[in-house]
Amino acid sequence: MSALPPRFASWFAARGWDLHPHQAEMLARTDEAALLLIAPTGGGKTLAGFLPTLVELAEGGHAGLHTLYVSPLKALAADIWRNLGTPIAEMGLPIRVEDRTGDTSYTQKRRQRADPPHILLTTPESLALLTSYEDAPRIFAGLSRVIVDEIHALAESKRGDQLMLALSRLQALAPGLRRVGLSATVEDPGAIARSLARAPDPCAVLLAEPGPDPDISMLVTPERPPWAGGGGRYAIPAVLEAVRRHRTTLIFHNTRAQAELFFHALWLQNSDNLPIGIHHGSLSREQRAAVEQAMVAGDLRAIVCTGSLDLGIDWGDVDLVIQVGAPKNVKRLIQRIGRANHRYNAPSKALLVPANRFEVVECVAALEAARAHELDGDPKGPGPRDVLCQHILIRACAGPFDADALLAEVRSVGAYAGLSRAAFDDCLDFVATGGYALRAYDRWQRLRQRPDGMWELRDPRAARTIRMNIGTIQDTDLVKVRLRGGAALGEIEEDFAATLSPGDTFLIGGQIVRFDALREMTIEVTRSASKTPKIATFMGTKFATSTQLSARILAMFREGDWSGLPAHTAEWLDLQARVSRLPEAGGILVESFPHDGRQHTCIYGFAGRNAQQTLGLLVSKRMEAAGLQPLGFVATDYATLLWGLRQVDDPAPLLTPQELREGLETWLAGNAVMKRTFRAAATIAGLITRNTAGQRKSGRQATFSSDILYDTLTKYDPDHLMLRITREEARRGLVDFGRIEDMLARTEGRIDHVVLDRPSPLAAPLLLEMGRVPIAGEGRERLAAEAAAALMQAAGLDAG
Amino acid sequence: MNGHDFTLAGVRLTALPSGALWIDQARALCVADLHLGKSDRMARRGGALLPPYETFATLDRLAEDIAATAPEQVICLGDSFDDLIAGVELAEEARLRLMGLQAGRRWIWIEGNHDPGPVDIGGSHLAELALAGLTFRHIAIPNAAAEVSGHYHPKAHLPGAGWRPAFLADAQRVILPAYGTYTGGLRSDAAVLRALMQPPGQAILTGRRALARPL
Repeated sequence: MSALPPRFASWFAARGWDLHPHQAEMLARTDEAALLLIAPTGGGKTLAGFLPTLVELAEGGHAGLHTLYVSPLKALAADIWRNLGTPIAEMGLPIRVEDRTGDTSYTQKRRQRADPPHILLTTPESLALLTSYEDAPRIFAGLSRVIVDEIHALAESKRGDQLMLALSRLQALAPGLRRVGLSATVEDPGAIARSLARAPDPCAVLLAEPGPDPDISMLVTPERPPWAGGGGRYAIPAVLEAVRRHRTTLIFHNTRAQAELFFHALWLQNSDNLPIGIHHGSLSREQRAAVEQAMVAGDLRAIVCTGSLDLGIDWGDVDLVIQVGAPKNVKRLIQRIGRANHRYNAPSKALLVPANRFEVVECVAALEAARAHELDGDPKGPGPRDVLCQHILIRACAGPFDADALLAEVRSVGAYAGLSRAAFDDCLDFVATGGYALRAYDRWQRLRQRPDGMWELRDPRAARTIRMNIGTIQDTDLVKVRLRGGAALGEIEEDFAATLSPGDTFLIGGQIVRFDALREMTIEVTRSASKTPKIATFMGTKFATSTQLSARILAMFREGDWSGLPAHTAEWLDLQARVSRLPEAGGILVESFPHDGRQHTCIYGFAGRNAQQTLGLLVSKRMEAAGLQPLGFVATDYATLLWGLRQVDDPAPLLTPQELREGLETWLAGNAVMKRTFRAAATIAGLITRNTAGQRKSGRQATFSSDILYDTLTKYDPDHLMLRITREEARRGLVDFGRIEDMLARTEGRIDHVVLDRPSPLAAPLLLEMGRVPIAGEGRERLAAEAAAALMQAAGLDAG
Repeated sequence: MNGHDFTLAGVRLTALPSGALWIDQARALCVADLHLGKSDRMARRGGALLPPYETFATLDRLAEDIAATAPEQVICLGDSFDDLIAGVELAEEARLRLMGLQAGRRWIWIEGNHDPGPVDIGGSHLAELALAGLTFRHIAIPNAAAEVSGHYHPKAHLPGAGWRPAFLADAQRVILPAYGTYTGGLRSDAAVLRALMQPPGQAILTGRRALARPL
């Protein structure tokens, strides 16, 4: 183990610090080409990553960029910049550190390219942009180390794929580059290590001591949780009491809308005026910054938040984490809990608040999994080709390239190691010509091949638009919300904004505001004294319960051991076992019962929300074909409830694997999920440009919906690369047919059909569930026609 | 035809679900803003390489409307070509399709801001047309009467149907939705459209059937 240089040793000693063993090991093994450090939050992970850089730069003499630090959050880069400043200043190290994100000024960015700092802190998108410049070889010439922070979070998304492609480029420019990954606890460190290293090279994994087990329990309240809904508002008195007993509490929610509603309700009952803030991705940057500052300064006792606070920024002295709603995923729960007690060796403390009766079961299952150190996660598929298309465009911006050399670079990325020449050529052809079956036009040329075989942009001016569209984060179209003549409050989805009429009220940033007008993509609002807002339905991610967690719940049902459950939930399950039966892993429980004048059928697939939603669409199609006249359905993580005019006597024919698969093929094509998936893939791949200089101003009629492109391709070029990518992504993403296949495999055709004269205890909550989907088709047209006729009649006009 | 009948200046008109207007007494079919060659123009200008099928998609739909109505004349209300070069460079196959559609009937190209001049394709090229007591032009003129125009690509909203391309009609004028495949829409509550349309007016949404609602 290499000793700490004297200057560092005395600095550590002056602070009364000892090197953690993993920090020392990172220093000792700094020559390795790739190293992954897995350490819990608060384990001095960042310092472990930077220490070798600081030591190497301490003697001076390195010109230009030495270390690149990449994190998923801009805020994290700024945070690290502050944290590095202390040791550098106190030890008088000759090291220049700068950050570079979307917020960095134009002049600063220009200067950084001309004269890069020793350490540059950035994000995957800003890095991709840097590699697109012609002078990238000069900028990165001396690059020696790259540190990827929160690599577990990046690895879950296309941002990680884009980053690893960028690293393959950097490796070509700086062959001696060493890679370091910093990760929270994950279920499969080997997979992350493989994604970090240059394929097929190995990557060592260093495991820091995990620290003590978290102190985690379920909040039990005198009030019973409601049957359905995701608010958790019944628990507010108990939550306030917990906040009172701790210094700082983070209160996590699964969606932004839930966070808003909870925060609003919390304030109405906050009789002690405890200082509590709210933080989520829809709020304006200023508002989030204000909350973050107050948090660091210790001025807040609690923050109601969503995943926007998930990543490892040091917000100060959090000693309690509350998760409202089922965690859906044990790994995310553990990582969130890691936010409490940021000091190594002190146990994190967390409370789970189930929002409804079924979530009690899910929370208990998650607690068991956490205690057993059993994390969940799905293996990642091969590298996405839409990201590869964007990478090719970025490469073309930097100058002419050789296709063989680029393919070799791309294959050095773990996720793309198995990329075939044909698949690469498909992407190159798409980028160069659009990749259409119709080949009549020589004007369809974005790239062209020079006589010497190198590829280049046909029009170098196109680089500007390509650079403006770098990135893989899909934001839905958002409109700004602004107080009339005042401050920006945040953003809401355009679809939600379109449903608002003047006078409507909704919640944002914990305030109720009234919609006044929509002007040039900004919503003007005024504060409203109203107490009951129209719900802000701006989304935030809706997670599906993980496969592993669902399996645990089914195992709990099989064992029939309710000892971990509160009495009300145990009674509920007992009643279910008596009047119907409990769902099992080896069969699909289907219940049929009349309710409210409609025939209901409930299918307990335990396949997660997305797959249950898909199942609802497929089964309702089959019901329509069978003349069962379905009217609608609703899906949760564990079941799909369908209703219609006729009773289902035999559900087996509705659930045969072969026909579900066929239904998927035909249904998928016209589906909104497909169109959304297409839009994402086509945007990343560069078919649709989100940002063109001055485009927004030219008026909306100049732009047209990506749905039209989807429909046109489906009709005239069904085998186009973008449609192939769309089908693959939808199957494993929002459609999640993979989990329907898992369900079919696990149950092997066994269907347990129970006919009841009323809703069963497990089915009852679904009757109250939000998010009902009407069966589309002629029925929808008829509804629209009726609405039109009613409006015409009300206006005294002839409906014609 | 699932169309919606209404009258303008005493002339019976039918808004077809496709976005075309049928003038029965003149046996005329009127369409606006075909924007043929749009993907071609974008590719030529170094923009996105959009699927090069929209000209065929637009002509396919126009052929269906022509087959269903058997018009004696077809009036294209301007912006028929995304620009004049697109008109010149229209693929041979598309040119042949258009000639087939023109056979046996009068065909009028009204000039639009995208195609302000004649194109080397059969049919008459006019700045505007008077027919059956109505004036057909590309862009509506405030205070004009008995006017049929296009240009704005209006779309309107109905609960359950969402925003769809729509005809806007009042006592003085009708503004047609864009017929071209690669066209977007301008909301019926946009200031410029609200200034043009006087109450009582109606929006007729396109789709599987034409749906009228008050403006």
